[in-house]
Order: sequence, then C-alpha cells, then structure tokens
Amino acid sequence: MPDDRDLAIETRSLTKRFGDVVANDGLSLKVRAGTVHGIVGENGAGKSTILKMLFGFYQPDGGEIRVFGTPARFENPAAAMAAGIGMVHQHFMLVEPFTVLENIMLGAEGERNLDEARRKARQALLLLERQFGFNLPLDKPVEELPVGVKQRVEILKALYRGAEVLILDEPTAVLTPQESEQLFALIRQLKADGKTVLFVTHKLNEIMAVTDDVTVMRGGRIVAERRTVDTSAGELAELMVGAKVARAKARETVEGKGVRLALENVSATDDQGHEALKGVSFEVKDGEVLGIAGVAGNGQTELLEVITGLRPVTGGSIAYEGAVVAAPGKVTDPISLRRLGMAHVAEDRLKTGVVESFSAEANTMLGYQREPDFSRHGILRLKALAETAKRYFESQDVRPRNPKLAIGSFSGGNQQKLVIAREIARDPKLMVIGQPTRGVDIGAVTKIHDQITEHRNAGKALLVVSADLDELLAISDRIAVMCEGVLVGIVPVEDADEKTLGLMMAGEKRKAG
Amino acid sequence: MADARKLPFWVDNILLPTLNVLAAFLVSGIVIWALGNDPFEALSLLVQGAFGYQEAVGYTFYYATNFIFTGLAVSVAYHAGLFNIGGEGQAMLGGLGLTLGVFLVGGSSPLLAVIFGILGAALFGALWAFVPALLQAKRGAHIVITTIMFNFIASSLLAYLLVGPLKRPGGQMPESADFPDGVGLLQLHDLLGMVGIDYENSPMNISFLIALLCAAGVGFLLWRTRFGFELRVAGQNAGAARFAGVSVSRMTVMAMMLAGALAGMMGLNELLGEQHRLVNGFTQGAGFVGIAVAFMGRNKPVGIVLAAILFGALYQGGAELSFDMPDIQREAIVMIQGLVILFAGAMEHLFRTPVRNLYGRLVKKGAAA
Repeated sequence: MPDDRDLAIETRSLTKRFGDVVANDGLSLKVRAGTVHGIVGENGAGKSTILKMLFGFYQPDGGEIRVFGTPARFENPAAAMAAGIGMVHQHFMLVEPFTVLENIMLGAEGERNLDEARRKARQALLLLERQFGFNLPLDKPVEELPVGVKQRVEILKALYRGAEVLILDEPTAVLTPQESEQLFALIRQLKADGKTVLFVTHKLNEIMAVTDDVTVMRGGRIVAERRTVDTSAGELAELMVGAKVARAKARETVEGKGVRLALENVSATDDQGHEALKGVSFEVKDGEVLGIAGVAGNGQTELLEVITGLRPVTGGSIAYEGAVVAAPGKVTDPISLRRLGMAHVAEDRLKTGVVESFSAEANTMLGYQREPDFSRHGILRLKALAETAKRYFESQDVRPRNPKLAIGSFSGGNQQKLVIAREIARDPKLMVIGQPTRGVDIGAVTKIHDQITEHRNAGKALLVVSADLDELLAISDRIAVMCEGVLVGIVPVEDADEKTLGLMMAGEKRKAG
Repeated sequence: MADARKLPFWVDNILLPTLNVLAAFLVSGIVIWALGNDPFEALSLLVQGAFGYQEAVGYTFYYATNFIFTGLAVSVAYHAGLFNIGGEGQAMLGGLGLTLGVFLVGGSSPLLAVIFGILGAALFGALWAFVPALLQAKRGAHIVITTIMFNFIASSLLAYLLVGPLKRPGGQMPESADFPDGVGLLQLHDLLGMVGIDYENSPMNISFLIALLCAAGVGFLLWRTRFGFELRVAGQNAGAARFAGVSVSRMTVMAMMLAGALAGMMGLNELLGEQHRLVNGFTQGAGFVGIAVAFMGRNKPVGIVLAAILFGALYQGGAELSFDMPDIQREAIVMIQGLVILFAGAMEHLFRTPVRNLYGRLVKKGAAA
C-alpha cells in the first residue's frame, strides 16, 4: 500500500446528490502525486460534479476529500486554491481586456499599491516561466491572444497561486492538434517538475498519449481504474459506455449527384465588422456529406450563418438548387429557406438552437411555428404539438421521457437528439449541421452519426461543421478546411488524416482535391 | 438536474407568495410595535379597512383595477425581454387619449364617446410606448432609460395641457372640463341596483371586468398564439429568435405598444369609471406599482390579478389604518407596501430554496414509505 502522502488527491466514498439524482455515488478516487491522471466518461457520467467538489464549487453530501493525506473541506474555490489545487476551466475565466499580468495577479494582488503588486508579480512570474518553460507576453491584453496561449495563461495563473495539483477540464476541446501537442508537452514538463495533473476528457487517444493512470466513470460511479500502459482506447471506450461501441453505419454509393448548394466567392463580416469569410467557394452535392474542419473562430460560424439566412453576405453568392438565395443586398429569411427544404442544426445549441427555459415541447416547434401542423390562423395547435413532441421523444429515445420539462434540464445529448429529430422530421433536402455532437455522450454520438449517414444514403445533401476531426473523418465524404476565413482546401476523406488536416487547419495550402 | 425540477403549482404560486407576504407583515408588525402601537390591532384595522364592509371592498377592487392594467403592461414587455418602467407615462397619455376621444364625440352619443375614449386610451398609450420601443429596436437606446424619461415628459405634457389648452373654462384646478353627461362606465352599485341588490356606493366599476378580460386576453395571446410564442422566444433568446425567423426589433415594438395600450387603459377605471374628467396626476404612481404587481404575480395573468388585489387592499386598508391610528402615517403605509415588494419581489428566493429542499425531502420520504 502506498502511504497516504503519496496520493495528491484521494476521495473516500465521495457522494453528491441533487434532489434525488445521485450525481456522484461513493467515489473513491486515488490520484498519485507527481503523475498525470486521466478521468474519462460520457457526458453526464459525473465528471464535472467531482471536479466541482474538488475545487470547492460544490460541497459533498457524503464521504471525504484528502489532499496529500490531509482531510480537506472546501467551502469555496479560494479554499481549494489555498490547499494547492488549481483548475483550468473549459471556458476560460479571464478578463479579456486585461493584460496577461493583470489577469494572473487578479485576486492575488497581495498589495494595496497596484504598481508594487505588478512589480512583485512580474518577478515571481519570470521565475515560474523559466522553471516551466513558458514564454507569455505579460503585457499584452488577453483578447489579442490565440486560444492555446490563453490556456497557458490559465495554467500559469494556477501555478502562480501555488497549485500543486492542476485540474484540466476538457483542455483540448478548443485546440488544434498541433496546439494539443504543445499542451501535452507542457503537461509532461509539469509532471517532471513534480506537479500532479488531473486531466479530464472524453478523447481517448489523449488519455493514451499523456496519462499515467486513468479512471473511468459511468453513471455517477467509478467503473474502472487502470494504469494507462495496461489498457487500450478500445477497452476504455467499452468501459465508458458499458457495451461494445457500435461501428458507424457504412456509407453506400449514391447515384445521381446534383448540386444542392453552391457557394461562389462568398465573403462576410463578423459581428464586429471584421472580415470573417474571404471568397469562399464550394459545392455540396446530393448524397454527400461535406465536412468543414478548422479551429474554432476561423469563419465556420459565419459560414453556417450566411448559408442559413442568419447573416448577410458582403460579396459573392449562394445558390440553392441553382437559384441564388444570398448575394449582397439579398437575404432569404430562415423560414423561407426551411420551406425550400433546408434544415439547420445550430452550432451553439443553447444560444441559437433552443430556448433553454421553454419546455422541450415548445422547443419542438422552434423555427417551424408557422407551419400548419403547429399553428393555424395564428393560434397554436398545442395538442398536435404535444403529440409531435411525444413522437420525437420516442423515436430518438430522449430521456427523461417528459416533454413538459424545460429543455435546459435535459443533458446535452438529449437536447441534441431532440433538435436533430426536429430538423430531420421534414426530410430536408439539405441539412446544415454545426457541431453535431458537441456536449453529447458517446451513446448518442453513434446514433446521431448513424442518422447523418442514413440521411446521406437516402440521397440528401449534408454540410457538417465540426471541431472534432475524428467525427469528420467518420462521417464525411469530403472535408474542407478553413483557416482565417479562407477555405484552405478540400480533400476526399480517403486522402485525409489528422496530420494533413491539422496542417491545413494551421493555414498550410493544399491543392483542392 | 434536480435544481430545474419543478415544484407543484400550489407551492410555487400559493405557498411561496403567502410566506413572502407573511414575512413582510411580520417585519411591518415589528415596526408598528416599535412605534408604540399594537400590531395585531393594526393588522385587523387594515384587513377590516380593505374587506370589512361593502364600500371597502369596492375601493379595494377599484384600486386593484388600476394595478391589473399597469401590471399587465409591465408583464407583456417583460416576456419580450423588456423592462417597461414607463407604465406611469403611458397611463397618463392614455388618459389624455381617452379625454380627447370623449370630447371628439361629445355628449350627443354617450356610448360612442365611451368607445372612442377607450380606443383613444389604448392608442395614445401604445404610441407613447412606441417611441422608446423604436429607439431601442433601431438605435439600441436602453428602454429602461427612455421609458423613465418619457414618464417625466408625459407628466410635464399633461400638466401643461391641464393648466393651458385643456383646462376647464374658468376653472382653478389643473383639470379638464367634465365629460358630457352620461359618458362613463357603470359602477358596481349601479349594476347591482339594476338586479335589485342594494350595495354601498363605491367607485368600483365595470372596468374591473375589462381588466380581467385583458388579463385573460394577455394569457391567451402569450401562451396560445403563434405571435405570443414568437414574442416570448424573442424575449428569452435573441439568437433563437433569429434562428426561428422572428425579428427581435419587430417584437420589441409590438410588445411595447401592447404594453402601452394596456397601461393606457388604466384611464378607463380612473377617468371613465370615477372622475369623469382628466385630472393632473390621476395615475398616482399606479404605473410604478404595476412593476411590483407584475413581479409578485410572477408575470402570469392570474398572479397579476391576485397581486393587484393584494396591493389594492393595502392601498384601501392602509388609508383606513392611518385614519384610525393617527400614529401610523401615510409613510408607514408606504413602508408596508415597500416591505411587501421587497419580500415578494426582490427577496423572492429567500424562502424558495428552503421550501424546495423541504419539499424534496418530504417527497422522498413519501416515496420511501
């Protein structure tokens, strides 16, 4: 038995309940000091809950937390930080207009005189930077930094506060493969300097690449603990879902490929008026899935919006079935586009795709509220709506099976299943899908991928924007890569792999395939 | 998650508001006691004054009518994501529109004059809300600021008109000439008298029924029509509204005009129902009370009607109380109303979490047993 002190973090029968839902059920987690420890699990497996207890956001209902052998009770994140636990959140907690230095010292100024505090912080940071091999522009405003660098600011911020244990929550979700590699190098460096890293992800190849130990969670429980060298991605995937992962449906050859959607030299600006799309041209044919890859924020959002009628183009044109639907001075509204057979699964579900506080039932008609099955003479047909919602819930196995609950109270996967049901119900000729499986658990991922492939096999056109390369590689016929608003190139999926796509995502030109 | 689990209707809509009001009364009682009075006697005087006899009931519902109109005005805007502070000004302009409508027709046809008055009230209220709405929709001028400013403009405009062009010829007061004979809404005692029931005189009139109809109409519009659905989508999530093909700026304008029309209808009660002339300052802050009423009523029509009656009772009972207990001045009544607003509105969550936890435990026990 290792001594208690060898465990950086130990939880004993840690339990957290929300009402009668047990989110964490008697978790006994052992994180060896000086290791990189991975936690994997589907969405809703309880990963966030245990992290939030470790960082003092939630207080456990039972069990205890020990940090380096000492029982700890964190009333708030400040207490957790004082005990040497640092956390890098999925969504960064940075003040964008502040400089790197100011962000790092925020809340830990230590002095009333800010100039003095800045001087001291700068000294301390330079030491830390040297120790861990950082090189951050301390006087640059955070908003000017790329995502990967912002993440480093978060890590340095935690180290500055004396973190011995660093919790990284889905750190690679926003990174390019290259940036991820740099992050892994940093993690190894931290480990070499004696820090402990708790790494939470649902990407199994990352677990295999960087961790020493791995804990698998499912349904609020720990179902397995492995030394990483003794396991495989396949085994972990099985443990996560509790059954063999079904292989994605096969793509069939589809005859008669007409051009469904054609973009020609499309340009558009973002909300700030900066150029976000620069002369993008491509076609989507019936019976194919065109995947759009790229690091978040390289024009994909605007691309989805111009196609679905949510943003005007400033140059070029978009043709649907050969007829121009968007050009400078011409916007076709979303309702008309839907009636032409274009469905839109919004990239940011909660900001665009659903109204969080409304019932799942009410969300069932969002976007289709003017169709005769949901309203007649301006009066809603609530009974028909309830029946439709019930049908979607059953066909998609949405749980819990109660359409009257607010959609915000469903898990991401169940929300997305309902959204897909809503959009696919009218058998659209073109589906424009942003991040089909963001925040969706593995069980639902397979189902959604199958639906995409089935729709394609039925001869329909699909455009899928995703930040997940594995996903695009699994479902696309062709993959287009965007970088800084430019379409870098299009490669057939047979010729695509993570490395070439990664290079293209970083802007390296490639002959269109 | 469990936090999103809904409490049963009666806990949410009856138990919690009751607890909040009781807490407000408790604190008020302590203050009244500290002023050297018997809080229980004060409470009984308040309740007696609000519901104890026919005239009192009439007055309570008369005040409540104003609050239903202004509460609905806040609520419709709220569902479109807008905080309408301008109920007071919209009600004033509604009163002006009502008066102009009545005088336009004149005494030749009282029924037509009443109809024109009602239309004028709704129209002027709506137009007064239209300007801030348009500024918000097209220029992003914050509706809270603009509606507050429009209250001041409305107040000055009304004062100017009532000491100038609209002043009763030869009169000394800032008020218009009386409406022509027969132009007005039936009062409760008139109505009951028709069917042979004797009821004490009070200003309660059929605009209370019109207010109830408006509440029902707002409920139907917001939750049963496509327009209402789109309005609420626009209010909850602008991104989802665009996704659904709903123009947020159009909804901003429509919701505010509807709100203004509702606030403007307050004049039906005050002017057509009781005063029969336009009086400067006739709104008496009802536009602001509407904000408290809407929040206490959780922005649902039934809740707004109930909250309006509560505030009507506080107004009427409070007036009686300060009459019978000279130590308790007008200001103390305002304080009690303020405490109700504080507990029912601002501190609404004070009891929510404990009650939810308790309820959760009871349900679990019930399920285990």
